[in-house]
Amino acid sequence: MRRGTFLGRMVVLAIGLGVLAACGDAAGSTSAPLRVFASASLAGVLDDAVATLKRTETDTPVELHVAGTPQLLLQIDHGAEVDLLLCADMADARRVVDAGLAADAPVVFARNRMAIVHAPGNPRKIGGLADLARTDLRVALCAPGVPAGRYARAALARSGTIVRSVSDEPSVRAVVMKVKQGEIDAGIVYATDLRTAGVEGHVLDSEGMPIADYPIVTLKSGRNPTFAARFRAFLLGPDGRALLARHGFSTP
Amino acid sequence: MNLPRIALAVAASAAALLFAVPLVGLLAHAPWSDFPVLLGDARVRDALALSFAASGAAVGVAIVLGMPLALWLASGRSALRTVVRTIVLLPVVLPPIVAGIALLAAFGRNGLVGAPLAQIFGVTIPFTRVATVVAAAYMGLPFFVLAVESGLRAFDARWLDMARSLGAGPIRRFAYVTLPMIFPSVATGMLLCFMRALGEYCATQLFAGNLEGVTRTLPLACGLAMETDPRLAIALSLLLSGGSVAVLLLLKRRLPGAR
Repeated sequence: MRRGTFLGRMVVLAIGLGVLAACGDAAGSTSAPLRVFASASLAGVLDDAVATLKRTETDTPVELHVAGTPQLLLQIDHGAEVDLLLCADMADARRVVDAGLAADAPVVFARNRMAIVHAPGNPRKIGGLADLARTDLRVALCAPGVPAGRYARAALARSGTIVRSVSDEPSVRAVVMKVKQGEIDAGIVYATDLRTAGVEGHVLDSEGMPIADYPIVTLKSGRNPTFAARFRAFLLGPDGRALLARHGFSTP
Repeated sequence: MNLPRIALAVAASAAALLFAVPLVGLLAHAPWSDFPVLLGDARVRDALALSFAASGAAVGVAIVLGMPLALWLASGRSALRTVVRTIVLLPVVLPPIVAGIALLAAFGRNGLVGAPLAQIFGVTIPFTRVATVVAAAYMGLPFFVLAVESGLRAFDARWLDMARSLGAGPIRRFAYVTLPMIFPSVATGMLLCFMRALGEYCATQLFAGNLEGVTRTLPLACGLAMETDPRLAIALSLLLSGGSVAVLLLLKRRLPGAR
């Protein structure tokens, strides 16, 4: 029984240490962290926004969670405590409002155009949407259920181009990555994705091309409403607009 | 009951709960009433058919190529065998994303083998059904080789000596002596290979792409549903979990603690 007792003591010790560590963690922070849920295409600009706010304003930790919007909405449905939701579609923000979870009305803070993405130097001479119908090109889009896939198809329909997508990707990141690796020749992504290293392209900014609206909405479940208001004001203010422009977004 | 025993019981229960709770969570959030509609969708049937075809083909590859490899690996001990076994077993422990990147580096359009294939024969593998089979076989084959080799190593070679003394040739000896005696290992290997191939996500997404009816297998459909319709994702997760439980029940006799 000697060995069993020793093992048992180790287990008790381990559990005890775990509990202590958990308590220490909870007691360590003075104010609740700001939790921001954001659509995947906002990752870069929000990282910068958090870094800027950290330098100038406060030391409140910011938890930035970036994923596809349906996944964010599912997590919010399941009770995630979130201060701010920044998504790529007004319809998604409205769903949160309709569910009675919003503390204010959603406001559009950024706009994004669609863009054709291709390899640096444009080796396949892709001039515009019409070229994407060429049979010598391999083109991938986002899946129709993903916002970027919807916008891409709207742009193609508008220009009357029929494209055979070799792969309907789950995210713009996947499309950009495949262009980067040279597995596909072109894809349609957000204008802001053209800032990614290793790809080039051109923005579809002619009349009638789709524009993605990004609303911000404050949620009731948030635990740091004061800082949430400051963060929101920053994004909607001149500094936030300048930052968004640097990342390729336009602002309303 | 003394204190250490209670502590052990608590820790063991915590470990068991770690596995049980997510499953119960899936069940609790399952859209039961919409199940027939969600899973009856043609896209789900396409993905299911594609997954079974790719995983079945992976098992075929395992039998045709994996069986000879396992026979050779089990036929002795040498440094070369150790090296080959390590390479073959790598996908078991390799993060699947690395497997996908490696497959692209080999068979992609600019890959080591893929580039000459495209230039000389005009054949490209990515974004085709072949690519889903390659990814599935790459991930599943090691389980087959591992199971068959361990079966062969536990097999008493004196049976073969006896068969030889009775005049049986090598093919007869394999077909009538070795294969029937190691069949449980072969069956286990086939099932494990099939299930690992069926669950393959990362390498497939990267290497084969994600096109409905062509390369969108069940896990890919599930991942995409998480971005578009999470209820469908949960329904598909339950379907895959159910299948996996069924396989584990089939394998029950081959697992530790079997009676």
